[in-house]
Amino acid sequence: MAEKVLMKGNEAIAEAAIKAGCRHYFGYPITPQTEIAAYMAKRMPKIGGTFLQAESEVAAINMVYGVAGAGFRVMTSSSSPGVSLKQEGISYIAGADLPALIVNVQRGGPGLGGIQPSQSDYFQATKGGGHGDYHLIVLAPASVQEMADLTIKAFDLADQYRVPAMLLADGTMGQMMEPVELPDLPPAEIEKPWAVRGTKGERKHNIINSLYLDPELLEKTNFERFEKYKVIEEKEAMYESFMMEDAEYCVVAFGIAARVSKNAVVAARKKGIKVGLIRPITLWPFPKKVMAEAAEQCKAFLSVELSMGQMIEDIKLHTGCKKPVELCCRTGGMIPAPEQVLGSIEKLAKENQ
Amino acid sequence: MAKRVHIFAGHYGSGKTNIAVNFALKLKGEGLAVRIADLDIVNPYFRTKDSAKELEEAGIPLISPAFANTNVDLPALPAELYSLVQQKTSCAVMDVGGDDRGAYALGRYAPAILEENDYEMYFVVNFYRPLTPTPEEALGIMREIEQAAGIRCTAIINNSNIGNETAAADVERTLPLAEQLSALSGLPILYTSATPEVCSELTVENLLPLNLQKKFF
Repeated sequence: MAEKVLMKGNEAIAEAAIKAGCRHYFGYPITPQTEIAAYMAKRMPKIGGTFLQAESEVAAINMVYGVAGAGFRVMTSSSSPGVSLKQEGISYIAGADLPALIVNVQRGGPGLGGIQPSQSDYFQATKGGGHGDYHLIVLAPASVQEMADLTIKAFDLADQYRVPAMLLADGTMGQMMEPVELPDLPPAEIEKPWAVRGTKGERKHNIINSLYLDPELLEKTNFERFEKYKVIEEKEAMYESFMMEDAEYCVVAFGIAARVSKNAVVAARKKGIKVGLIRPITLWPFPKKVMAEAAEQCKAFLSVELSMGQMIEDIKLHTGCKKPVELCCRTGGMIPAPEQVLGSIEKLAKENQ
Repeated sequence: MAKRVHIFAGHYGSGKTNIAVNFALKLKGEGLAVRIADLDIVNPYFRTKDSAKELEEAGIPLISPAFANTNVDLPALPAELYSLVQQKTSCAVMDVGGDDRGAYALGRYAPAILEENDYEMYFVVNFYRPLTPTPEEALGIMREIEQAAGIRCTAIINNSNIGNETAAADVERTLPLAEQLSALSGLPILYTSATPEVCSELTVENLLPLNLQKKFF
């Protein structure tokens, strides 16, 4: 009907994946991301796609591995404990250089934790997560519109670089409803000559594998993969800069924490504090350059996170520890109020004049 | 004469909870004794309980699952809910979970509600929701809900909106769709609901202004 629709974040991910040409979804229910599976269960049969509720997260990620090897756009989604279960499969997919989308709508942890929103899987998402030397491309949406846009972007980047991508959201982003405009463009066409789709007797067969009998060959493959990572780090970092032009203090936050922080930054400006916000949109690659520039410009940094402080380590790393970096956080499913962030900004400004 | 039991059902995210809370406040404003119940066994966030303070201040008892808004993801309803259908001295507003899955919970109370036969079951629809963009698809969801609940809907509430960005024109565009749904189902459109600001610009009959709006972020 109209161009804009009112969607839950989880639904926006699912519909955007379909728009991106994903016709294969494998998953297992877990709050707060179950709407993705529910939506796929309703939509996929109508468009000739596959929705399959696997017997476990482990099974689902290995089904993703299979379809990715055949060169089709494929995804799975889960929430924190379920994503932990998927890690072995994710490492295999990374080791076989396959594109796929893994969605993590985070909830409180560790362990079974709780069903309320969290950002405490930052380390797991950005530092590998499973075993071995690898990275995922990690995208962190901060609105329902971005849930849709970054899902499509994740599929494109994954195909372009043959790297698995992760959409790292949180329970609030998954459950909240906002107007969304879905693109009407056809999905990007990216050639996949490596895919296992039958040779028709016309070429040498392709092999999808992550096992190397020769350690030298495994080392060479890892070196080559990291050359590719260098290109991704150089070209694909994304971030949003808010009120940074004349900022003396810099708040760094992603996803739902960035939404709360934006309100706090506006409130602090009204009190005369020159503060701005950098919102990383890609968590890996981390927006290093802008962080290094901010380290020259600003007196101190504030990391706002729904965790005990994970991204704060990357902020310290990429500002070269030149300026103090403080933490403002809630954890376990709690969300900082704008007033808490404002209080932390005021304290930061007072202590770093 | 208003009915005693008012049931709000519909697709996920069609606005049932918001309308149920506002409707309870409206009944109370008309001088009636009202109780409201959260029957949602599906949705973990954004629930009737978020309005607990406003309901308490208005003198409207809220019956809600013990674990609502906690980490216990348990689809269980309190025994106290039976008082809604057994104690007939006050009006009952029932906020049902989304889709047929949410409506199964209502089925438990359906025999008593049907026997008393003093109810309205409203089908809340938002044509801007992606799975109910047409009257036909909305009707499909309505039928699934009726089957799961064991009760037929009696009226339609058109709650079409695109969140904070909704303008009166956005609601007007959906009026013919609501009419078609009415013709297809044979049910009257009891209300067109929107924020008070949008309502003030609409010329439709039977407007339901949603005075209480829960804002989260």
